[in-house]
Amino acid sequence: MDSSAVDGARQPPARAGSRLCTRCGERKAALKRPKTLEQICRECFYVVFEDEIHRTIVDNNLFKSGDRVAIGASGGKDSTVLAYVLSELNRRHKYGLDLFLLSVDEGITGYRDDSLETVKRNEIQYGLPLKIVSYKDLYGWTMDDIVKAIGLKNNCTFCGVFRRQALDRGAALLKVDKIVTGHNADDIAETVLLNILRGDIARLSRCTFITTGEDGPIPRCKPFKYTYEKEIVIYPYYAITHYSYILMSLCSTHQVYSYGIYSPNAYRGFAREFIKDLERMRPRAILDIIKSGENFRISTTTRMPEQGICERCGYISSQKLCKACVLLDGLNRGLPKLGIGRSKGMAGGDSDSEQQDKRSERNRSSLQGKHGNIDF
Amino acid sequence: MAAGSASASSCGGTGCGSHCSSSSSAAAEDATAERLGRLSVSRECGKCGGGVGLCGECFRAHLFGKFKLAVTSNAMVRPTDSVLLAFSGGPASRVALQFIHEMRSKAIESWDASNSQALPVFGVGVAFVDESVLCSKPKQEIDMAIEDIKSIVSSLSVGIKAMHITPLEDVFSMASKDGEGRLREVVDMIDDDTGREDFLRCLRMLSLQKIALENGYAKIMLGSCASAIACHVLSATVKGQGYSLPADVQYVDTRWEIPVVVPLRDCLARELSLLCELDSLKTQQHLDRPSNGINSLVASFVERLWEENPSREHTIVRTAQKLKPFSFNKFSADGYHDFLPSRLRPKFQNVDNDESTFSGILCLICGSPFNESELRNLESTKHKAQKKTDLYTAHCCQSCRFQILPSGGNLYEHFFSLLPQFWTGRVDIVSASHSLPRDQIAEYLLEDNDDS
Repeated sequence: MDSSAVDGARQPPARAGSRLCTRCGERKAALKRPKTLEQICRECFYVVFEDEIHRTIVDNNLFKSGDRVAIGASGGKDSTVLAYVLSELNRRHKYGLDLFLLSVDEGITGYRDDSLETVKRNEIQYGLPLKIVSYKDLYGWTMDDIVKAIGLKNNCTFCGVFRRQALDRGAALLKVDKIVTGHNADDIAETVLLNILRGDIARLSRCTFITTGEDGPIPRCKPFKYTYEKEIVIYPYYAITHYSYILMSLCSTHQVYSYGIYSPNAYRGFAREFIKDLERMRPRAILDIIKSGENFRISTTTRMPEQGICERCGYISSQKLCKACVLLDGLNRGLPKLGIGRSKGMAGGDSDSEQQDKRSERNRSSLQGKHGNIDF
Repeated sequence: MAAGSASASSCGGTGCGSHCSSSSSAAAEDATAERLGRLSVSRECGKCGGGVGLCGECFRAHLFGKFKLAVTSNAMVRPTDSVLLAFSGGPASRVALQFIHEMRSKAIESWDASNSQALPVFGVGVAFVDESVLCSKPKQEIDMAIEDIKSIVSSLSVGIKAMHITPLEDVFSMASKDGEGRLREVVDMIDDDTGREDFLRCLRMLSLQKIALENGYAKIMLGSCASAIACHVLSATVKGQGYSLPADVQYVDTRWEIPVVVPLRDCLARELSLLCELDSLKTQQHLDRPSNGINSLVASFVERLWEENPSREHTIVRTAQKLKPFSFNKFSADGYHDFLPSRLRPKFQNVDNDESTFSGILCLICGSPFNESELRNLESTKHKAQKKTDLYTAHCCQSCRFQILPSGGNLYEHFFSLLPQFWTGRVDIVSASHSLPRDQIAEYLLEDNDDS
């Protein structure tokens, strides 16, 4: 594996003893950069890491001077590093941004309390105002309640849908112009692969956009689009001596809820593993996947889902009611499986088949208009 | 879908054990077969009997139907054509050989029976590209394998026009006598395992083109099946070839001198292997080289996906089909479709004009169409290039440049000089119109870096 990784990155074999930083040629090399396998010193690592993000921001015109920007902060490594790097770059390069931390409290005992602590620390350390929106306030349900109602299966759907909307609602409360999230290159490469695996051409075309939702009220962007996950992990690790205030608390529970063992799509796990193997073999493969995703020839006539507005809450939706309202409706009416996935006709046959009928009716009636999909 | 119908039973291949088949002994066998990751046919056919799944006969007809539909609905073979089938000895090309032979036999039958005998019957030839030079196996084994290949082809009763067994190194022979040495040298210069594998694949295509050109074939037929294409879709994505990917997943590919057709695109590798087993079609895979690098990593990933969902390969291929193909992915020559029945002709004559974006520039090595940034780079190089090597490099796609070209830039000149004339010659013709300043005065310059 190792030898092919070296092949893959086109590195001349490192000679023992002459480990000087390949970039500055002065200091001793301290690490092998995951993205390129260059051996560089600690100082150069900060410089290239931060510069690349700066270039991404500038080249893609992510911000305008005077923008109010909310950083989606989960308390995990990506968003913590993002908050730090963005406030640094904002200061150094005078972007003129008003930065805010925006967190969502899903109400998961033992997990969110911890990570919210991290976010609160960040608030003090970076001097960024923090806003926390909770599922409890927005929907009247905490994740713990939801898990109690529907069990360990399928709760990811709720968490994901609710979180997406919660972020937007929080951002609206803060009156920001943009939301930035900590999605990194590995995440995007994984999404490209998953969309190929499930044949979702509409999502395949837009999953590599650095900014999404520009037609909506609050666009989102991903400054870490070209930043490798491993480098995000390394950054605070090495930064500790310099910036001892970057504190990390990585939480394993998060993994369980978002990708983990309860996830209905086992292939997401396979894809993640596959990307890790690929990276070992050829580090630039991650960037290549993103590049492929950007260059796919997707016909302009490909039908994209039409975007409308949820009749109940006014959030963007391709259906009459947004997914969150459908899920919430199910929860409140004691039918928590309503709106989840495709029914397999197994347990709970009644509500499932009912749901399928509704789904097909909805498809049929989308042109005729007046058939509600949620009012029984 | 096809996997579902062919795999044991109604359980969709997920192994629901002994409940899904009528006879318990059959079920036990099926379960074993499934554990081995194989498909099996059912004894009581859902189509012609009262059971589930497909019986051997119906399964065969199902695959042949797919093959035939692909051939006819894309006008792959015209009556006047002779087709060169690329035969590797593996199950996919073995089935392709069987099916095209069968189609020809039927065509001859109806030709004999028809009154007018107006339309001729297409011809079929078989090509085997012998890569044994790069193979570490003992010579005896190689000779036996090639004998096997010959005997497979000669076992088909009638109708195979010719069998061409051509060593891979022949692609170099135009310029030099020592093809073998050149092949070894150029392959050794490639550092990346995956790059080496892909390079050999390109040479193989060149070799097929050469055989077809020299022997007057009008089409080359490949046995690429859905599983192979699914792997290609993922590996091309991983190598950053997203732009050119749709060119490689269509039924028809006319970017080469001799058009290439892929009639087994809708069949899974497992189905084809099963058919070979059922019909006792002899295959020969002793000469396959072990693969490592990205291609094999992708293959094992796809294998794993299959275990989770048997129709995943089809989904991947379908995703790639939704991407916009290139203008060369169909037959467009004037009068090409004239032989078709008039009711089918309109289907091919609707030319949509939005494909005009294709620039006509293909990668020197792998033949991928260039995307915008590669084109821009090529344009700027054309203006400022001093040496031919710069032009050659600019004519390689980014992926080939990374994984195939040797690591040191100073090796480029030697590398390009080793490549088959057929590839570099195309660039020479293009660049002849505005010859490079340095090349014009080359004979007067005293080289100082020649012998590095």
